[in-house]
Amino acid sequence: MWKKAKLGAKLLVILCIVGLLFTGCGKTESDTPSNNDPVEQSELAGKKIVLATTTSTQDSGLLDVLVPAFEEETGIEVDVVAVGTGQAITLAKEGNADVLLVHARADEDKFVEEGYGSEAWDVMYNQFLIVGPAEDPAGVKDSASAVEGLQKIAETGAKFVSRGDDSGTHKKELKIWKEAGIDPSGQEWYLSAGQGMGDTLKMADELRAYALTDEATFLAMDLELEVVSKGDPSLLNPYGIIKVNSSKEQEAASAFINFIVGEEGQKIIGEFGKEKFGSPLFTPDAKKR
Amino acid sequence: MESLRQVVGMLISGDPDLYEIIFLSLRVSFTAVALGILFGIPLGAFLSFKDFRGKQLAVNVLYTFMGLPPVLAGLFVYFLVTRHGPLGKWQLLFTPRAMIMAQFLLVFPIIAGLSMVAINSKAERYVATAISLGANSQQVAWTVIKEARLGIMAAIITAFGRAIAEVGAVMLVGGNIEHSTRVMTTAIMMETRKGNYTLALALGLVLLTISFITNSLLNYFQREVRT
Repeated sequence: MWKKAKLGAKLLVILCIVGLLFTGCGKTESDTPSNNDPVEQSELAGKKIVLATTTSTQDSGLLDVLVPAFEEETGIEVDVVAVGTGQAITLAKEGNADVLLVHARADEDKFVEEGYGSEAWDVMYNQFLIVGPAEDPAGVKDSASAVEGLQKIAETGAKFVSRGDDSGTHKKELKIWKEAGIDPSGQEWYLSAGQGMGDTLKMADELRAYALTDEATFLAMDLELEVVSKGDPSLLNPYGIIKVNSSKEQEAASAFINFIVGEEGQKIIGEFGKEKFGSPLFTPDAKKR
Repeated sequence: MESLRQVVGMLISGDPDLYEIIFLSLRVSFTAVALGILFGIPLGAFLSFKDFRGKQLAVNVLYTFMGLPPVLAGLFVYFLVTRHGPLGKWQLLFTPRAMIMAQFLLVFPIIAGLSMVAINSKAERYVATAISLGANSQQVAWTVIKEARLGIMAAIITAFGRAIAEVGAVMLVGGNIEHSTRVMTTAIMMETRKGNYTLALALGLVLLTISFITNSLLNYFQREVRT
């Protein structure tokens, strides 16, 4: 009968079997963790929230420590959507996220003022670095400030790769260019990539160019680039966390924020990266706005 | 709505940035498809006419590569042209050439595979006839390929559609650099990441319109070929 069956019918049967195999596997795997969960944590257990955040928190690995700790304590599941700050805010405005964790203070304040969010907190800060090729063709290492460093890059026409994606890091970079009195857009040495931090650093590495990066992402990547400017006050990078007002999971969202700005969350943030990089990547500084 | 009006306005007023992106998209994808035709049709014909050990395996590999994920194609090219890679000294990474290489990897198997199928479907009928008329093997091959031209044209249209719509590979090896390697799909991706969803959508509609015009031209050409 199999031999007589038409080719199409055979194909259909094979596809069905393959499909069943895969769905079967998927189910058994996803069922295991919840079955093994021993304790019922709180009345919020089993709820699910979406955290819209920037790629830097995800790429640095911080959320891989913070989120599981919160999930274990409360039983609330957190889905992390790591995108650029611009997209994260749009997602939150359109009600597709419950909590926002980003670093673009002006946009955060606007988000709250326009009534999209509340319970805004300072969470932590890390620092930005200017990185570049070891030979440092523009001599940024000898400059006194970040502003002077960028001025030297512009003067020598050394290549600079910009995020160019409206992210918090990109906005920071534009602010320092402005302070330096330089409009880099359209310059031949200024490459606007429109991509995430990791991709931008890879590009700078390949092209032997300079870039502005957050410290966490830079340390987490294996690159030939070196730090050419750090420590300047204008390079500090504060993160904020905000509850989205249109969220249907108000209590779970508040629980998450309270955890992050609370003792345990702040301790995890302060410890993170010590083991791997010798010093913590983020400095906790929780403060209600 | 406002974004759509803005983009249409940019189209009408001949906004140089927008047209730069559109023309680079077309240049990269057309070049990749042209190279795909150059290498793909001969391979398709070869697989159709020749019998050899392991042919079924070769065909299965070809079919698998017809479904090659664009990011994977991009990664192959990335490792070829990265600074420390085998082609690193030519500094092809983040240039349109690298983008063409990646899209070529995507369209070549499609053109070869679908050409093979098109030629197979005509071979049975025409090979016997051509031989009975005293044609040599080269003449037979040429006759059958000509008879299969409609199927081959469909292969080319499919390949172009895959190339122009692809984003993963050109993002990786092109880098979406403004005024240099930014194309329609990477621009759409970037505006989406920025949260400018409506602008991204408007750019997407422009891309669809361009594809529609290109396909209409190809179809017109196909009809001309038929008659």
